[in-house]
Amino acid sequence: MSEKNDIQELIAKRAASELKGPCIVNLGIGIPTLVAKYIDDKNIHLHTENGLLGVADVEEEHIDPNRVNAGKLPVGETIGASFFNSAESFAMIRGGHIDVAILGVLQVDQTGVIANWAVPGKNIMGVGGAMDLLVGAKKVIVTTTHTTKDGTSKLLKKCTFPVTSTRSADMIITEMAVFKVVNRKLQLIELMPGVTIEEVRKKTEAEFIEQRIDNNENSFAGYIRS
Amino acid sequence: MDKIHGNAVQALSCVQSGHTLMVGGFGLIGAPLTLIDGLAEIDVTDLTVISNNLGEAGRGLGVLLRQGKIQKAIGSYFTSNREVGDYYQKGEIELQLLPQGTLSESMRAGGAGIGGYYTKTGVGTELAKGKEEREIDGVKYVFEPAIRANIALIKAHKADTLGNLIYYKTARNFNPLMATAADVVIAEVDEIVEQGELSPEEIVTPHLFVDKIIKAKKILTKAGVVSCE
Repeated sequence: MSEKNDIQELIAKRAASELKGPCIVNLGIGIPTLVAKYIDDKNIHLHTENGLLGVADVEEEHIDPNRVNAGKLPVGETIGASFFNSAESFAMIRGGHIDVAILGVLQVDQTGVIANWAVPGKNIMGVGGAMDLLVGAKKVIVTTTHTTKDGTSKLLKKCTFPVTSTRSADMIITEMAVFKVVNRKLQLIELMPGVTIEEVRKKTEAEFIEQRIDNNENSFAGYIRS
Repeated sequence: MDKIHGNAVQALSCVQSGHTLMVGGFGLIGAPLTLIDGLAEIDVTDLTVISNNLGEAGRGLGVLLRQGKIQKAIGSYFTSNREVGDYYQKGEIELQLLPQGTLSESMRAGGAGIGGYYTKTGVGTELAKGKEEREIDGVKYVFEPAIRANIALIKAHKADTLGNLIYYKTARNFNPLMATAADVVIAEVDEIVEQGELSPEEIVTPHLFVDKIIKAKKILTKAGVVSCE
């Protein structure tokens, strides 16, 4: 497995640990899609905005080209699953019936505002359900690599790409750290294994609060988890 | 009244240049591929196409894009066909991007006799620029007008001879909404059954919404898009 895959799996696994049933969860495209395989709770129901509540893993022989997730990847259906049209699906989202949305981003700023639908000057002309999920989901968890391919921070003072919503995400999970967004400020609540606070400071442009409750200089295991 | 037509080109005789068309599907899933093939055959131009995507490169609505038949596209995710960006950069197509929930709700409104509605989605973003904003109970909303089309091309799983429709898994997506929001609705289906064979409890689109029916000759399988007779 490549290093990139390892990083994505690490982030996805950490995001899955945030989910406690009973709840309805919408998973976005990319790293969020990987979260599904780390969920082992029958009271967590996965919603996909193209019209399925009760997304499940699917084995090769049961793949149906007409049963896909928002990334158009084949998925299975749980016992008790339902299919519905796009307006009903987005009524679920906008109407506040989705407990958690896990989304990928291009950028997130120090107030928790995200940009994940357009890059100026490039042919990214898709918004899909991102804006609806931001206004409608009760809790928004961002999963993203900490930096871009060239090493610049994705956690910025201010997004330079068009924002997805004025609403802030509630939590940001990267391969380096976990941040909570409280009153539009980022709080570092956890370091990923083997990562030092100095490394996080160096690779993060956004300002964040270090909410330490531990006396050990090199261990952030004592960061508040809530 | 017989709604069943023998082939796509015959069913599409009502389509004219300059028309606005709704075309069902989430990418190729739930897209009326046989009707899209028919559109590729007939001589119409300057179409406005309302569809979540413009198919994939050279597949589905991507074929019409290459033919230069689409003057404007209204959708939520054009990225799935990379050629759309090239046509856009060259100024050969006009695009209107709407959030997916707004796209679907605007169809629902258009089909239900509602002129428009206020939504929270998009407030404070580039997609809300120039749109009327209104505060209701302390929450900001933007106004979105309903959308309708001259013709809707949709995909369903089964039709009965009256025109009642049922759908299949996530191939449902925008299809039942489009069925309500166009002057003429043409449904492409995998199977046509006799009146009475569909349970009234399972019918998703009642027949009054459907004007014409054709049987699919091109379907999406595990191996990709294949022709069938």
